[in-house]
Amino acid sequence: MENSKTKKYKAPLSHLLNPGHSACAGCGMIIAARLLTDTIGSNSIMTGATGCSEVTTTQYPMSSFKIPWIHSLFENPSSLATGISAALKKQGKEDINVVAVGGDGATFDIGIGHLSGMWERGDNVLYVCYDNEAYQNTGYQTSGATPLNAYTTTAPAGKKSFGNPTRKKDMIKIALAHHVPYVATATVGYPLDFVAKVKRSLTIKGPKYIQVYVPCVPGWGSEPKDTVNIGKLAFSTGYYPIVEYVNGQLSGKMKINKKEPIEKFLTLQKRFKHLFKDEAGKKEIAKWQAMCDSNIQEFGLM
Amino acid sequence: MKIKLTAKPGTTSEIKTGNWREQHYPEIDHEKCIGCGMCDTVCPEGICFNTGEKNKAGKFFYEKDLDYCKGCGLCAEACPVKAITMREEKK
Repeated sequence: MENSKTKKYKAPLSHLLNPGHSACAGCGMIIAARLLTDTIGSNSIMTGATGCSEVTTTQYPMSSFKIPWIHSLFENPSSLATGISAALKKQGKEDINVVAVGGDGATFDIGIGHLSGMWERGDNVLYVCYDNEAYQNTGYQTSGATPLNAYTTTAPAGKKSFGNPTRKKDMIKIALAHHVPYVATATVGYPLDFVAKVKRSLTIKGPKYIQVYVPCVPGWGSEPKDTVNIGKLAFSTGYYPIVEYVNGQLSGKMKINKKEPIEKFLTLQKRFKHLFKDEAGKKEIAKWQAMCDSNIQEFGLM
Repeated sequence: MKIKLTAKPGTTSEIKTGNWREQHYPEIDHEKCIGCGMCDTVCPEGICFNTGEKNKAGKFFYEKDLDYCKGCGLCAEACPVKAITMREEKK
């Protein structure tokens, strides 16, 4: 066998997101970012929120992106995209895709007002949220997307606490309440499903919202090699339903072939380690299982 | 006053992140590779690629660029025919 170490292979750098970025080994967000950039293609303009997706790819004076990409503030990728899409409309260049991206902090908390405005106005923009369930870039603080019981630096687990006391905000229902014509969830556990959803969304005029579940290695305390696996388990346990709504109707959902117990998902992440210490932790895991079971029932995932 | 706020596209490729690897690097068995490209799909760096060369079975095989590989091991996990092995890094 030819040893690959003897011959040196150079990557052709054919993706629209170049390597050399500073995302962690095994980063889920950057997988989604590359797939997104490649799928929307070079005839696109992207606006980015503050967060890992920004600082890892565009440390001045460099950029990993080979398409026009702009950052202004934490909260306003959606407003920026509105302006760009309005300018393109005026110039008659409506064939150019305008895509806004933000992490869960920018989407669920800080930028929700701007995003709501974009949805309300019906701007022709695809908004993609990289959901890694906390402000991972600044050191793992709780966001509106942080799930129940997760350890974060602002909701640490201890004698009197099981970590974050609140449930994850349901952004999908918030988007649907705005009558957004295309709303979908995806995970890097199923990268080809994410790509298909991005493609489909671009065929629809008006605002589009895709929330992609991206495991965070340092924030979740997981192994780099488990990123894709955790994305799969989030779905197959029933915790993160992979669904698609067109014009408010549930038009697509991924079916669970083999339902996994939620412990399998939780044990791969140190942010849930405290749930496995004693009896009280078992009660919290039972809450998780109930949440997964109710998701499976609500969406008919099996 | 004019400030230059733009960056040239794709310039981070100057930064060779291969020195981030701590313990393991992936080795691809060309004869086992079926050229499906799953390693490329999940690679956070996007540096697994079709070499355009064929193995004995007549399949195009993939390779990775160790200049950028951070050694996460996602490619080895994703490979459906287990053609990728994570080997101990010799430093």
